[in-house]
Amino acid sequence: MRAGPLLEIRDLSTHYVSSRGTRVVRAVDQVSLRINAGETLGIVGESGSGKSTLALTILRVLPPAARIVSGEMLFEGEDLVQKSDAEMQHVRGKRIAMILQDPMASLNPLFTIGDQVAEPIRVHEGAGRATAWRRARELLRAVRIPSPETRVTQYPHEMSGGMRQRIVGAIGISCEPRLLIADEPTTSLDLTIQAQYLNLLRELQRAHGLALIFITHNLGIVAKMCDQLAVMYAGRVVESGPVSRIFNAPAHPYTEALLNSIPRMSDSAQRLTAIEGQPPDLAALPRGCSFAPRCVRAFDRCHVETPPEFALGGGRTARCWLADRPRIEAA
Amino acid sequence: MTIQTEAIALPPRSPSRYASLRLGDFPLIPALILGGVAFVAIFANLLAPHNPEIGSLAARFRPPFWETGGSAKYLLGTDQLGRDVLSRLIFGARVSMVVGFTAVIFAGTVGTTLGIISGYLGGWVDQVVMRITDTWLALPPLMFAIFLAAIVGPSMWNIVIILGLVYWTRYARVIRGEVLSLKEREFVRLAIVAGCSKWTIMYRHILPNVVNSAIVLGTLMLGVVIITEASLSFLGVGVPPPEPAWGLMLSDGKQSLMVGRWWLSVLPGLCIMLMVLSANLLGDWLRVKLDPQLRQL
Repeated sequence: MRAGPLLEIRDLSTHYVSSRGTRVVRAVDQVSLRINAGETLGIVGESGSGKSTLALTILRVLPPAARIVSGEMLFEGEDLVQKSDAEMQHVRGKRIAMILQDPMASLNPLFTIGDQVAEPIRVHEGAGRATAWRRARELLRAVRIPSPETRVTQYPHEMSGGMRQRIVGAIGISCEPRLLIADEPTTSLDLTIQAQYLNLLRELQRAHGLALIFITHNLGIVAKMCDQLAVMYAGRVVESGPVSRIFNAPAHPYTEALLNSIPRMSDSAQRLTAIEGQPPDLAALPRGCSFAPRCVRAFDRCHVETPPEFALGGGRTARCWLADRPRIEAA
Repeated sequence: MTIQTEAIALPPRSPSRYASLRLGDFPLIPALILGGVAFVAIFANLLAPHNPEIGSLAARFRPPFWETGGSAKYLLGTDQLGRDVLSRLIFGARVSMVVGFTAVIFAGTVGTTLGIISGYLGGWVDQVVMRITDTWLALPPLMFAIFLAAIVGPSMWNIVIILGLVYWTRYARVIRGEVLSLKEREFVRLAIVAGCSKWTIMYRHILPNVVNSAIVLGTLMLGVVIITEASLSFLGVGVPPPEPAWGLMLSDGKQSLMVGRWWLSVLPGLCIMLMVLSANLLGDWLRVKLDPQLRQL
């Protein structure tokens, strides 16, 4: 085993630049994260906070308007930012795989299940059709598809939603990647299937020693699935650390507000707690902390100076002046 | 939490995706006509009662058998060189079929390939291909075809190439549009994140999804191509005489139409009309049947 994290992202920024370069959207801004082998990292945030762009950045499959402007992504010691497109093709699907937001639509309607599960194996390992199909049947069994022998010859429209989802999972793990990125994989599923699928992901993770990056806006899923958590707001990681610690004592007011906005059965009489205001325009961020305009605990300094990432000990970080220990101690 | 699933014996193989096409509104007559023309074209040697290119001057301008002066020897009469019209029509079907299908396939292959590349790669490739397509489409097809035919000279295979070169743009346009929407679909994204190369994606994921449209467009183009071929032959830059082509027969018959020898131009005209109409009706039916939104996969 190698020492050190499986993936270490340092100071990564991805911006969308308009064609004339006049408008810059800071979708991912100075993000630093790390994930160890076999661990699960949850990334939460509102829509538009840069979660998906971060995932696309890691795989380097960004739309043409996006640029990685700074930072490095050390995956097993190699910097993914420096790799050529040809080299990245061997990383995608083989060493880092991804499950997309809508797995229901992720299967090509014109090919059999077997063909689609076998495809990455044939692409990356150059395996013959027979070998790849044998592996495909094993993979379908691993994701609990009943009677895989007949299922491989069927088409996606003959499967239920839950089955298609598991097939997409099978495609994800087909080349035994070290890291699997799941971008809101359960949003299109109903609740019972969701639970089933999450269990399956955990099982696969344990069986294959996978590291998992789980992108979601569902804090319940984070609590159930993840070891580490990173909260994103306006393109930045505002708080990160072990899930249990963050849930017990959030250091950033945004995290606190997110946790408070989870509806609870106990206070049924109350209205849902929402965070006031709108997330900022990523092309025109406010001066100072980008959450300050919506923050209930903001003070003068928040509107003027952007807080750096403070290390809080125990692997936790927060981008908030409130976490500035000397100031708190001085007060 | 695990879900117990029973092992249900599944049917061994699902029916093909074309099996779901309902045959209730199948255009039977157009299909029969096209099938008939194809049959006649294939077995022209066996079916034609006379040699289509050699006539006897003693038997010029014989009318069809039901008119006075007609005989059972020349069922549909003879032309100005005494050649049997029925035999010429039968061999003319071969020319129309060969030219029609090969030109459609040629244009379809070129147009689909360029459409996929242009739509999928985007950027400057797309710009270049689409500007060429625009330029091409701005030229009137028949004029363009006459121009090309005048350069390379008349022959059946030249006509095929010319028609292919004139009509590939229609495919490129339609297919590109479809690729633009396909490439945003999740299964294409999945293929990208699974590490497939651009070419693998175009060939394995995009192409099979646009083949239906290309086939439908092909059946519709068949009519256009046959008409253009007939027009070129009519104008004397198409299939060279004495080879029997419907357009050429139409052109040859036009002088004697005024003196009442209607069968020389009406019969080939009727053949062209029926074949084009059938191809279009069949294409229209296919268009509805293979439309992914109506097909309910």
